Amino acid sequence: MSQESSHGVSAPRKDPIARKDLLALDLCGEHGDDGGGGLHFVHDATRVGSAMTSATDTMVSASPRHRLPTASSWTLMIAVLVAVLALMPLGFVLWATVVTGWETAIQLIFRGRVGDLLINTVLLILLTLPVCAALAVALAWATERTDIPGARFWSWMAVAPLTVPAFVHSYAWIGLWPGLNGLGAGVAVSVVAYFPFMYLPVSAAFRLLDPALEDQAASLGLAPFAVFRRVVLPQLRLALCGGALLIGLHLLAEYGLFAMIRFDTFTTAIIDQFQSTYNGVAAYMLALVLVLCCFVLLGLEAALRGRSRYARLGSGVARRAKVARLGAWKYPLLILPLVTAAFSLGIPALTLGRWLIAGGAGIWRMEEIGLALWQTLAICLVGGLTTTAAAVPIAWLSVRRPTRASRFLEGCYYLASSMPGVVVALALVTITVRAILPLYQTVATIVLAYVVMFLPRALVSLRASIAQVPVELEQAAASLGRSPGNALWSTTVRLAAPGAAAGVALSSLGIMNELTATQMLAPNGTRTLAMAFWALTSEIDYAGAAPYALLMVVFSMPLTWLLHHQSKKIAGR
Amino acid sequence: MTLLQLTSLRKNYGSVAALDGVALSVPAGSRTAIVGPSGCGKTTLLRLVAGFDEPDGGTISFDGQVLADGTFQMPAHKRGIGIVAQDGCLFPHLTVSQNIGFGMEAGRAVKEARAAELMDMVGLDRAMLSRKPDQLSGGQQQRVALARALARKPRLMLLDEPFSALDTGLRAATRKAVTEVLTAAGITTLLVTHDQGEALAFADQVAVMRAGRFAQVGSPRDVYSRPVDATTATFLGEAIVLPATIGEGRADSPLGLLDVDDVAYRGRAAIMLRPEQISVTREGRGGVGEGAVGTIAEITFCGPTCDVRITLPDASSFRLDIPSREAFSAGDEIRIGVSGAAHVFR
Repeated sequence: MSQESSHGVSAPRKDPIARKDLLALDLCGEHGDDGGGGLHFVHDATRVGSAMTSATDTMVSASPRHRLPTASSWTLMIAVLVAVLALMPLGFVLWATVVTGWETAIQLIFRGRVGDLLINTVLLILLTLPVCAALAVALAWATERTDIPGARFWSWMAVAPLTVPAFVHSYAWIGLWPGLNGLGAGVAVSVVAYFPFMYLPVSAAFRLLDPALEDQAASLGLAPFAVFRRVVLPQLRLALCGGALLIGLHLLAEYGLFAMIRFDTFTTAIIDQFQSTYNGVAAYMLALVLVLCCFVLLGLEAALRGRSRYARLGSGVARRAKVARLGAWKYPLLILPLVTAAFSLGIPALTLGRWLIAGGAGIWRMEEIGLALWQTLAICLVGGLTTTAAAVPIAWLSVRRPTRASRFLEGCYYLASSMPGVVVALALVTITVRAILPLYQTVATIVLAYVVMFLPRALVSLRASIAQVPVELEQAAASLGRSPGNALWSTTVRLAAPGAAAGVALSSLGIMNELTATQMLAPNGTRTLAMAFWALTSEIDYAGAAPYALLMVVFSMPLTWLLHHQSKKIAGR
Repeated sequence: MTLLQLTSLRKNYGSVAALDGVALSVPAGSRTAIVGPSGCGKTTLLRLVAGFDEPDGGTISFDGQVLADGTFQMPAHKRGIGIVAQDGCLFPHLTVSQNIGFGMEAGRAVKEARAAELMDMVGLDRAMLSRKPDQLSGGQQQRVALARALARKPRLMLLDEPFSALDTGLRAATRKAVTEVLTAAGITTLLVTHDQGEALAFADQVAVMRAGRFAQVGSPRDVYSRPVDATTATFLGEAIVLPATIGEGRADSPLGLLDVDDVAYRGRAAIMLRPEQISVTREGRGGVGEGAVGTIAEITFCGPTCDVRITLPDASSFRLDIPSREAFSAGDEIRIGVSGAAHVFR
């Protein structure tokens, strides 16, 4: 009842570029300080974040533009260099198209095979997204706005499928129904594997909606369902758009899930080409179409999202939303989360459990598993550290010296990271083979691929934590006689360390479950958990693959916890 | 004729009673203000009337029809009661025109025409109809919110601190405009505010609320000059409360013998004076004057007024704003004149 008066809630910035990094998206809401009641920092490229929060970037614009000529120009140069590297795959695809020549390109693009793949892809996306959206909205409403028994538990269960890598989902389904294949199977497995990407932002958006708007609509004569349709749904649009884009990009990029159930997409086709014939030109043209599909998704999403502001207009802290009393519907509604959990968690648990029991102790070939685990952890750590280090210059620039150039550079990183792993890998393989052969299949190349793909995850955590360090500390250090670099190191860098650690963790965990690019780029003799799992399932040794799947699930758990936790934190609850 | 009738209304949040037996009757066509400090339950009361929350006990009846009692609750969308919230609560995803037309059941052309009329009515430029709420200032948002609520032609309008988010100058102007619009439309209004000046200026009936109950209900003049207790008195404005012995319509107080507004009472009681009843003159200038003599203990210059603390011979003291045209200084002896009757707290 008391009218707290914390002001400073305004619109999230509009961002031109999208990316597929939900993990990073969701970590954008680190609080500046809780005293203000609002969130002070949201990454401008985090559309899910911006859908979820009514927070703003004030911190960024608040920092004064004092010149530190040497420090910032060096930083800018490094940031530009990283951006050039990150855009290399995209540039390569365009270059390959030009080199191929129009006639060959048109021949290779306008053929039946590409048409079939395009139909598959379009149908897959058109069927998967609406189902995911409906499921996510229904589950988010049930867990956030009703007194369904165990709402918190079901909320966890709706996020938990993310612990299971997508290709492990389809492995689990194949284990139950060996004949599974085609579009129907693709849609079904995609929905259970990816709907949490929509559930997370939508449930966070539900928590952030100002219930006063719903009250207001009721006082204007709208019945409850009309209120939902005319006031609640429109405000979920940003969250739905963000989630849909994310899932769409994943559908375009995913290999393992679809290869397992023999459903052809551009990504599987490119890898088939690559593995069988190394038919360069045909693969490049498929990659070009795939990249164009990504652009179509990005453009569609940007158009649908529009420029409108969805933040809460008023000042003060929003009242908490009322919970709908289900009464007699309480138990019938439980069917929804129960069935969802049965398919998204029950099936993986069942299959994994069955294979683990059937395999007994024989499948725990400790030497091989130990080696895979060690190699995975090593590559994750190296990749995570490098990715975070590469994100430092742009993170610092975008917080401390926000300019048009720094925003443009950030946009480049996001665009680069929304390219499917197969395109990144294809480009890096070709470039190393043709130009710098010594780098072919080296740790350096694969780490570069990871930097391109996962940099935004590190960037978002870093930015959030740098923004929390007041620039005045840096200035105080300078006034106490420290050189600019020393001042930066002893204040901002030290205090932003937790964010950097989160960035390392997030990108490492992304690397752990990466299969497509890893397979194409890994140095000879490397066998990560994902690669070993994939190799064993390809040999139909499903039991032997189970321990690897289990390890990946176990290592993904902290990440999922982090995600869910952060999405709650964004909502300030 | 009574339009809205509240009877022993109760609402608990956990173990805290937000409303503890509230009764109020609001005559048709009147303006009633509910004023109280933060957290006294006034917003809860408004939410119950609007139908956003259910009372735990008591009844709300509107135009002879029961809206809510212990068992029945008419949903908010069927009540036909308009509300303008503290921050306007405009739908951020809709334009001004769509916001105003939101609750209307009519074709698009009719809605747009009506929205334009309402814009005139609340004194906004029609050119703003195509804007989004975030392109409006706070005062404009409030006016749009009012237009949106008016579009449904409600018989009762609830105003939930609608002016408190505005800056001082805008607040008075917006309040005046809103009052005029509502009076012209003949709509009964219930205003909730923590600003006593706003309540007194706005309403024909003021209900002073404290800790979930109405301490006093009456006309603005009545509650201001004849408050029920010292807390109510100081909530509604500066008050000087003194001990006194009362008899035969006179009070023997540290300020001398004063007229009181309660001729029947005899005995010891506290009396209250409003600062505007008191005048001070320099002692010893006009010979032997009437009233008590005091000493200025402290004085702070504040521009048009001076904030002074005056001590009386019995060592009690009170503070007062006096016009700054006369240059007093600390230690000056002054004569204190009182006009009008003192109010007795029985």
